[in-house]
Amino acid sequence: MNILEIVRFALRGLTTNKLRTTLTTLGIAIGVASVIILIAVGNGSSKQIQASIDKLGTNTITINSTRGGFGRRAAAAGTSSKPLTVSDAVALSSPVNAPDIKQAAPITSASGTCTVGTSSTTPGTFYGTWPSWFEASNTTIQKGSYFTNDDVVQGRHVAIIGATTASDLFGTDNPIGQTMRCSGIPFTIIGLSSVKGTTGFSDGDSLVVAPLTAVQRSLTGYNNLSSIVVEAKSAKVQDLAQTEINTIMDAQHRIKNVNKRDYRTLNQASLLATSNSNSSVFTVLLGVVAAISLLVGGIGITNIMLVTVIERTREIGIRKAIGAPKAAILSQFLIEATILSLVGGGIGVIMGYIGSHFKIIGIQPIIVPSSVFLAFGVSVLIGLFFGGYPASRAASLRPIEALRYE
Amino acid sequence: MESTQPVIDVRGAVKRYGEGDASIFALAGVDLQINAGEYVAIMGPSGSGKSTLMNIIGALDIMTKGKYFLDGIEINSMDESALAVVRGRKIGFIFQSFNLIARTTAVANVELPMAYQGIKKDERRKRALKALEVVGLADRVNHEPTELSGGQQQRVAVARALATRPALLLADEPTGALDSKSTADLLDLFDQINAAGRTVVVITHEDDVAARAKRVVRMRDGTIISDTLNKGRVA
Ligand SMILES: Nc1ncnc2c1ncn2[C@@H]1O[C@H](COP(=O)(O)OP(=O)(O)O)[C@@H](O)[C@H]1O
Ligand SMILES: [Mg+2]
Repeated sequence: MNILEIVRFALRGLTTNKLRTTLTTLGIAIGVASVIILIAVGNGSSKQIQASIDKLGTNTITINSTRGGFGRRAAAAGTSSKPLTVSDAVALSSPVNAPDIKQAAPITSASGTCTVGTSSTTPGTFYGTWPSWFEASNTTIQKGSYFTNDDVVQGRHVAIIGATTASDLFGTDNPIGQTMRCSGIPFTIIGLSSVKGTTGFSDGDSLVVAPLTAVQRSLTGYNNLSSIVVEAKSAKVQDLAQTEINTIMDAQHRIKNVNKRDYRTLNQASLLATSNSNSSVFTVLLGVVAAISLLVGGIGITNIMLVTVIERTREIGIRKAIGAPKAAILSQFLIEATILSLVGGGIGVIMGYIGSHFKIIGIQPIIVPSSVFLAFGVSVLIGLFFGGYPASRAASLRPIEALRYE
Repeated sequence: MESTQPVIDVRGAVKRYGEGDASIFALAGVDLQINAGEYVAIMGPSGSGKSTLMNIIGALDIMTKGKYFLDGIEINSMDESALAVVRGRKIGFIFQSFNLIARTTAVANVELPMAYQGIKKDERRKRALKALEVVGLADRVNHEPTELSGGQQQRVAVARALATRPALLLADEPTGALDSKSTADLLDLFDQINAAGRTVVVITHEDDVAARAKRVVRMRDGTIISDTLNKGRVA
C-alpha cells in the first residue's frame, strides 16, 4: 500500500461526497476570508486616521490655558493663574530663547453665525489669529490671498473662509471680494482655503479665519486667547521645542511648581499616539469578531464532519474488516482533511484579497499579512483536528464495533 | 484421520453483552475446531449466537473469555497490523448486510482489499473484473451499490471476498437476499472453492444450503448442540 494509493483514496473520498466537501470548504473559506477582511478594515481605519492627523501638520504643538477649565488642574491653578496672552506668543517667537521654534500664532476662538443676505452658516471653526497660523496648521489657500501682518496691525476686517462656509453662503458664486456679517460684524472675504476634509465629526472646511486684532476688538475681547499654535522647525526637534515652550511659558506665567502650570501643551506626536492606540483597540475588537467568525466556521466544519461521522465510521469498519491497516486509514482521512482545509483556506485567502478591494463602511481595507497567515493556519488546524480526530477514533475501534456504530 | 493442526481452533468461547443483571451471553462456552479444506455449515435459530461466533472467527470481534487459535496462533497475541494482514489475506468475509462502500463502483469495491495488500493497479483490476464475472456481474462493474439489487450487492460482496483468494471463506447467511437461481450459482461457487482446497464456513438457516456442506454445526442459546458430518457429501 503506497502513499500515492492512499492519496488517491482520499481524493476519491472527497469527490464521492461532493456536498460534504463543498460545505466544509465553504465553511473554512468564509471563516478565513472574514478574518482577513475584518482585520484589514481595522488596519485601514487606523491608517486613515493617521493620514488625516498627518494633514493637520505634524510639527505643531498647541498650548491651551487651563484657566477656567474643568478638573483638578484648573482648581489647583486657582486664582493665581494667568490667561494666555499675545506677549506669550511673542516670547515664543523669539529666535534666541526658542531656537527650535519656527513660529507661534495666538488664536482667539469666536462663535456665532455668519450671514450674506438670506444665507447663513455657523462655522465650526472661527479663529482670529496671525498669518503664521496658516503654515503652522498646514492650511493653504486655493483662491485669493492670505491676510498679512499689516492686516493684523491695522485690525482690518478681512477673512479667509473654508469650502463649506463658502458654499453655505454663496453657493457656487465666487466669494472673493464679497462681504459677510459674522455676529453682525462685517468681514470682507479675501481667500478661500484648500479642502481639508472631515476628521471624525468635525468638518475642517467649515472655517472662518480673520486677523486676531479684528476678532478681538469686535467679538472676543483682548484678554481671551484660547490657544497658541507653535510650529517646531522639524518633527525631529519637537521635543526640544516642547522644552523651550515650557521654559518660556513658566517664566511668562511665573510658574514655580511645574505641577501647577496654568497651561497645557498638546503635540501632534502624542495625538498620533493616542489615536494609534485607539485604532489598535478597534483592530483588536475586529480581530475578536474575526476570531469568533473563524470559530463559527470551525463549528460549522465540525458539524458537517460529525453528521458524516456515522457514515464514515461504518466505512472505516468496512475498510478495517477487509484488511486496511490503521495507518492507511488514518493517512487517508488526514489527507482528506488536509486537502479540504488547504483548498478551503486558499479560497478564503483569495476571497479575502478580493473583498479587501472594496470600501467597507467608508473604510478602504488594508490587508495585514500576518492576519492572512493566522487565519490560514488556524483554519488548517481546525480542519485537521475535526477531520482527523473522529477518523482516528474510528480507526481504533474493532471492525465490528465500527460497523455497528450509530 | 487428520494429524494436522486445525485452521480454526476455538476453545471455551464466551461472549457477553452488557453488564450485571442486564447482561446476556451471546456465546456461553463454545469449542469448535475446523481443519483446512473443510466445508462447514453453522445452523441454528435466530439469536443463537451464529454471527457472534463468525465475527470472532473472522478476527472482527473479540471474546469475553476463551481462546482462539487461527492457524495455531492465538489471536489475542496479534497486534493491529498482524490482524489487518489476517483480515486482508487469510480471510474472505461475506457479511449478511453486504457492507459495500457507498457511492463507489462494484469494481472499486472488489479491488479495495487488494489495494490494501499492495497489489498493483492493473493486476487487481484484472482480478476484480474476473471475480465479478464469476459471480455473474460482468455487465454491472461500474454500478454503485444503490444502483444494484440486494442480490447483486451480495454478489459484489462475494466477489470482493473471492478476489483476494483467501484460504478461509466465511459467509454469514450469504443466500438470504438471493433468489433460488442465484443461490444455486453461489453454492456451486462455494463447492468449487472448497474443491480447490480452501476452507469454507457458511452460516445458514436453509436446509438445502446446509445440505451442500460436508459438516453441519447446530447452535442454540450460545452453545453448540450438535456437530455432525454430512453423510451424503463426505466421500
Ligand atoms: N452488539 C450487541 N449488543 C448486545 N447484544 C447483542 C449484540 N450483538 C448481538 N447481540 C445478542 O447476542 C445474541 C446472539 O446474536 P447473533 O450472534 O447475532 O445471533 P444469530 O446470528 O445467531 O442470529 C442475540 O441475543 C443478540 O441479541
Ligand atoms: Mg446473524
